[in-house]
Amino acid sequence: MKYVDEYRDSNLASRIASEIARLSDGRQLKFMEVCGGHTHTIYKHGIEDILPPNIDLIHGPGCPVCVLPMGRVDDAIAIAHTDNVIFTTFGDMMRVPGSHGSLLDAKAEGADVRFVYSPLDALKLARQYPERQVVFFAIGFETTAPSTAVTLLRARAEKVKNFSIFCNHVTIIPAIKAILDSPDLRLDGFVGPGHVTMVIGLRPYTFIAQQHRKPIVVAGFEPLDIIQSVHMLVQQISSGRSEVENQYVRVVRPEGNVKALEAMAMTMELRPFFEWRGLGFITQSALKLRPEFAEWDAELRFEVPGLRVADPKACQCGEVLKGVIKPWECKVFGTACTPETPIGTCMVSPEGACAAYFSYGRFSMASERSRLKIAPVVQTQGM
Amino acid sequence: MCLGIPGQIVEIVDERFDIAKVDVSGVKRNVSISLVRPEGIAVGDWVLVHVGFAMSKIDEHEARETQKALKLMGDPYTDEMAMFNKSQIE
Repeated sequence: MKYVDEYRDSNLASRIASEIARLSDGRQLKFMEVCGGHTHTIYKHGIEDILPPNIDLIHGPGCPVCVLPMGRVDDAIAIAHTDNVIFTTFGDMMRVPGSHGSLLDAKAEGADVRFVYSPLDALKLARQYPERQVVFFAIGFETTAPSTAVTLLRARAEKVKNFSIFCNHVTIIPAIKAILDSPDLRLDGFVGPGHVTMVIGLRPYTFIAQQHRKPIVVAGFEPLDIIQSVHMLVQQISSGRSEVENQYVRVVRPEGNVKALEAMAMTMELRPFFEWRGLGFITQSALKLRPEFAEWDAELRFEVPGLRVADPKACQCGEVLKGVIKPWECKVFGTACTPETPIGTCMVSPEGACAAYFSYGRFSMASERSRLKIAPVVQTQGM
Repeated sequence: MCLGIPGQIVEIVDERFDIAKVDVSGVKRNVSISLVRPEGIAVGDWVLVHVGFAMSKIDEHEARETQKALKLMGDPYTDEMAMFNKSQIE
């Protein structure tokens, strides 16, 4: 605990950044932050400017809104347009474009689309309107899947029959595997997702350290958490180690949240494969409801088109999500595609790399740096 | 999306469905404590809340520091609090 406190001291942050420069000694290192929350922090606080220039942070596929393929958005909209349905969703999904508009457009056309804070709010709506069909659009990684699972268990216990889940939960490990196996990108390590790991624990990452010989450090969400995690990654590399380490000890227990994993296992099972925007079809990378919960499965209750829809040609979200290009290298970034008129998902969610860069990257790095009183690190050999 | 906001348990509301009232920066709403029950939860404890679920117990000092850091995040935190404010979990 003490170390984290000291770490909130901006002078120390500056010293750590210098230490990263000394340890890495000019070597070009690419680290991927898997989680969209980290991407947001990195841009908001100008972390890339604080770190020495030889450290490159690559933004990964950990924004669930961003990786959901367009066909699934179309399916959601088809359910929302079904008679008598109240379609509930987290606010993040409202503006994500399908092939013919977004959920927000569907709402404007008369569909009863409501945003909710929690799946338990959706379940409450179902109890409140027993004559209507209430559907919850479940998205998210392992951080969010347990909340869907517990809600389902409660729906069954309370025998709420007019409630169902359109399940789009995805799992982080297959996505990391796909990135490690991709020939497009050479990475030197990972900044691991803090809140996903709070659920799944540290053990699932062992293959990254042992088979792929890459270090991974699970990180918290404050700017200094990320700088400290990069420091831990560089320390591992400079001493020839590749281990799974936990920087976010104040929240993440090594074993994860066992109760959450149990709830997920009781209610959901792996799909044989699932399409990810940018990464294509990945085997065993998403969850669906178990047959015992078929009654609450919106995919079985409603007709959905279930079609695969290609992304708009101009959109390069796929390459952004794999970290092959930076947001500003996309052909339509900031011109045809902006947060007001997004073409791709990465520009919709505040955790999407494009939206985060658009909002903060170009304008606020200098001011954030002065607020944090952190001077950019100038690379000096042999410090 | 994966944002966690710290709150303090002020009342256990429903033992059967593990619902407790938490205070997040002065806003009191119900959340599920089902996932942290095995850790042992009592009034006064601090938890990290995500989409209406307490996900992890945290110590008070960390909770307050995290709150400060979240406020600096801007929109994602403001949006999350607006949604939390709207929540009517029973």
